[in-house]
Amino acid sequence: MLSLQGLKKTFNPGSINAKIALNELSLELKPGDFVCIIGGNGAGKSTLLNSIAGAFPVDRGKIVIDGQNVENQPEYARASFIGRVFQDPMMGTAASMTIEENLAMAVKRGSRRCLRRAISSQDRVFFSEQLSLLGLGLENRLSTRVGLLSGGQRQALTLLMATLVPPKLLLLDEHIASLDPGTAQIVLDLTQKIVSKEKLTTLMVTHNMEDALSIGNRTIMMHEGQIILDLTDKQRKNMSITDLLDMFKNASGVSMANDRMLLAN
Amino acid sequence: MINLTASIWVGALEQGLLYGVMVLGVYITFRVLDFPDLTVDGSFTLGGAVAARLIYSGYSPWLATFMGLAAGLIAGLCTGLLHTKVRIAPLLAGILMMIALYSINLRVMGGKSMLSLLRIDTVFTDITLLGIPKQLVVITLGLAFIIVICYLMFVFLQTEVGLALRATGDNEQMIRSLGVNTHYSKVVGLSLGNGLVGLSGALVAQYQSFSDAGMGIGMIVVGLASVIMGEVVIGNKTLRRTLIAVVIGSIIYRIVITFVMRIGLPATDLKLFTAVLVILAMAMPIVKEKLPAGKASER
Repeated sequence: MLSLQGLKKTFNPGSINAKIALNELSLELKPGDFVCIIGGNGAGKSTLLNSIAGAFPVDRGKIVIDGQNVENQPEYARASFIGRVFQDPMMGTAASMTIEENLAMAVKRGSRRCLRRAISSQDRVFFSEQLSLLGLGLENRLSTRVGLLSGGQRQALTLLMATLVPPKLLLLDEHIASLDPGTAQIVLDLTQKIVSKEKLTTLMVTHNMEDALSIGNRTIMMHEGQIILDLTDKQRKNMSITDLLDMFKNASGVSMANDRMLLAN
Repeated sequence: MINLTASIWVGALEQGLLYGVMVLGVYITFRVLDFPDLTVDGSFTLGGAVAARLIYSGYSPWLATFMGLAAGLIAGLCTGLLHTKVRIAPLLAGILMMIALYSINLRVMGGKSMLSLLRIDTVFTDITLLGIPKQLVVITLGLAFIIVICYLMFVFLQTEVGLALRATGDNEQMIRSLGVNTHYSKVVGLSLGNGLVGLSGALVAQYQSFSDAGMGIGMIVVGLASVIMGEVVIGNKTLRRTLIAVVIGSIIYRIVITFVMRIGLPATDLKLFTAVLVILAMAMPIVKEKLPAGKASER
């Protein structure tokens, strides 16, 4: 479903601040793969997701989504394949617009926008149905401005928007990291529910070691722009969090257990 | 005496409506797109110049008015392309167009800095022939334009393209990740906004019976003042309300201007007054935060 071949991305090339964010990275995802990505700060996790989404061009390498080369397509064109949820809950929704307007924009991902009325009464029924799946009571607040919602509500809404038209690839960039623990769990449960229902191919960046081993079917560890560990079903089951942290230390020579990760456990 | 005073306030209402078309344009660029577009100063004059020149040359005033709109549209298109294709920052792109338009406007008016339309038929004299009383001609036509434009904007901003336009001003990253080419929506928004500004210029030139090269100076600030005052007085909870607020804001602005001129402020000080008005409106939230110290700390 997703094939990355020899991706390379350097920020500030040629200057003393040059930083190799992706270093000849390759990765193959089968349809329905749900991959958790872990790694220290600056390992290139977000750069990887942004490169796939097309936020910036890569220096070298191929990005193939469902058999189609997309590395030369602009971000908005790739959007027809990709659903995204960002770390910042403010990033994924338009605050000054209503819940139904936000959903109406999401439902048009990947298709042409015309001079047609964006929201019909049928749409409203559909939106209410979908919102009720979130279990947050948003189905009764279709005409509420999104700016009035809490971070967790906005993130759940963003998740719904990213998957309203099932994408070929779902990119989640630490999408629960800035939520309080209770809300984070709700959004995470929703994520699993939606992904398994639609059988979405998913890449999820996380800082939570426990989640990284228990969610999805594959765990990838990144370091200095490369994948240094790739665990699938069986290996993953036998792996403990301590093992994982040790492996990281052995592979990279750096201890990954920073405060944030310990707290996340 | 009473009649004289009344006619002054009628004048304020007339101007409020005709300039209101410009304010609706500024609302599109400044509020909807969140693009501080200084092209407005040039495209307002351009609309007036194009209309005046065409009417002067004997074309139908209706065609001339429409061409004023088209000219503004093209000016906005250029600003949009400067910003999206040449990647010039919004403010600078607007300033460049504004300066370029200054020369273009003089050319349009045949090298003269002023073009008189005295004793030439305009859209306003045209509809007097329909039997509308002379005193009500401008208000009728102004109101008709405002209602039609507000209605079209209300419908447009709720279409699929309209939502994309609003989202471009609200959260560019988000709407791009939903598949919208934000460069395109910016160009569309700037074109439409400046189209309305050009139309307003065309109407104002006919209303005052002349166009001059300086008629657009400070227009962006007038537009801002009107948008802000309207939103403060009427509110911006819903799209419908905001559109009405913008028009009312334009009328309030003209009434305020009329009032300060009545109490003796020379006309040459009007631009200073307008700038101060905008600064005060912008400073309001900060002043509110600082003045009642008790209330602020409670929050």
